[in-house]
Amino acid sequence: MITLDSVSKTFGTNHVLRGVDLTIDRGTSMVIIGGSGTGKSVLLKCILGLTPPDSGTITLDGQDVTRTDRDAFLARFGMLFQGGALFDSLPVWQNVAFRLLRGPQKRPKHEAREIAIEKLRRVGLTPDQADKFPAELSGGMQKRVGLARAIAAEPEIIFFDEPTTGLDPIMAGVINDLIREIVTEMGATAMTITHDMSSVRAIADSVAMLHGGKIRWTGPVAQLDSSGDPYVDQFISGSAEGPIEAVR
Amino acid sequence: MSIALAPLGWIGRAVLTALGAVGRVTLFALSALSHVLRPPFYGREFAAALAQIGWLSLPVVGLTAVFTGGALALQIYAGGARFNAEAVVPQIVALGMVRELGPVLVGLMIAARVTSSIAAEIATMKVTEQIDALTTLSTNPMKYLVAPRVLAALIVVPALVGVGDIIGIFGGWAVTSGTLGFNPSTYLKNTVDFLQTWDVVTSLFKGCAFGGIAALMGCYYGMNSGRGAQGVGRATKGSVEAAAILILAANFLLTGAFFSV
Repeated sequence: MITLDSVSKTFGTNHVLRGVDLTIDRGTSMVIIGGSGTGKSVLLKCILGLTPPDSGTITLDGQDVTRTDRDAFLARFGMLFQGGALFDSLPVWQNVAFRLLRGPQKRPKHEAREIAIEKLRRVGLTPDQADKFPAELSGGMQKRVGLARAIAAEPEIIFFDEPTTGLDPIMAGVINDLIREIVTEMGATAMTITHDMSSVRAIADSVAMLHGGKIRWTGPVAQLDSSGDPYVDQFISGSAEGPIEAVR
Repeated sequence: MSIALAPLGWIGRAVLTALGAVGRVTLFALSALSHVLRPPFYGREFAAALAQIGWLSLPVVGLTAVFTGGALALQIYAGGARFNAEAVVPQIVALGMVRELGPVLVGLMIAARVTSSIAAEIATMKVTEQIDALTTLSTNPMKYLVAPRVLAALIVVPALVGVGDIIGIFGGWAVTSGTLGFNPSTYLKNTVDFLQTWDVVTSLFKGCAFGGIAALMGCYYGMNSGRGAQGVGRATKGSVEAAAILILAANFLLTGAFFSV
């Protein structure tokens, strides 16, 4: 279980997070929604320790994440980055098997390659893509490789940062379905940040809306349409009229 | 009062900014060097850095050295002719190349070729979140990206300086033997007899220092790049400027330390 208690983060004069309280239960898929620039990515990076919060506590299974062994903590996570963040200098299979080729989870090279090819198959890519370099792949394929890398070491917790951004609607649907299937079959805890409502409905067990640096509303995805919160209603309808300013 | 004191404020801010930058670079350099010494070590990345910094820089270093050595010989011959000192060309070419021009020119070529490349590569990795991806994959970017490059530069740039010194002397030898009527074997004998071990040692030491500066500046500016294409461009430009200036300043200090009388 991941728990955030009064997490705040400021960049200069910009108060991005103003006391975020949130709980993500083990084995569930939580989706954080919110407009561009509301701090969704910052929140995710705070949990991973990529951006240390100014105040508040973040715990994983009751342990403060800032006081646990960093490598052991990160070994429990997989992450799909918004732009894929694939390493340009490495072929696809070495990107996928990155964690399996070095560090405490190191395996023999042929074994790591086999696992990488199996994970590539799982995300719908053929073995002949394994020796290509990321720049030779389309955006959708890069996203799949990023997904394969996120699940390669069988993590307990997977973060997805804007998984469908930049993809056409069909490819976005494919990625959403893949995420849902993989999270379900692995029994992983998932946290996704997105402003794509089709992703929310495909991926989420529960939803939290981040607005004004705080969690505005949280609840099961089934209650999203009847939340009664004007901010949530405006966001899911995509209306320019409402309490959320259209120009931010 | 406030208008009269404003210039002091500007000076103070500039000094504090400069001191802050020196502090950040120093801490970064200490951190990089500590990661060079502590495991885990990434052998593949180190080998790639050796090839990138050393092997692939050989053509530009060789061409720079041979033309400089040749031009130096012509200048010394022409200048020496004014007071009947043409015979000192081998000695002055050797001294000039080994003590000064070899290390400085190789350092500047490395700054142009390698520092810019390191800064652009790491900065691009930063803006495309590849550095964050490394961290989430339990890999310390300082160990994976910075330490192999710095260690490779510390080892391979002195070797490049040695090669540059030899090729520079060869350039002088070729020009004087081919066009100025010098005896080739006498030229080489004069060169070898005149050079001292200390000259060569200081040349290689300068290469080590300049290599370290070049790699550190590339890594520092890359890791601290701003966002987007503009951020990458600024990081690349800044890294080459900083490396070139620091190499020239370090050369002055090292020359003073090694050869002051």
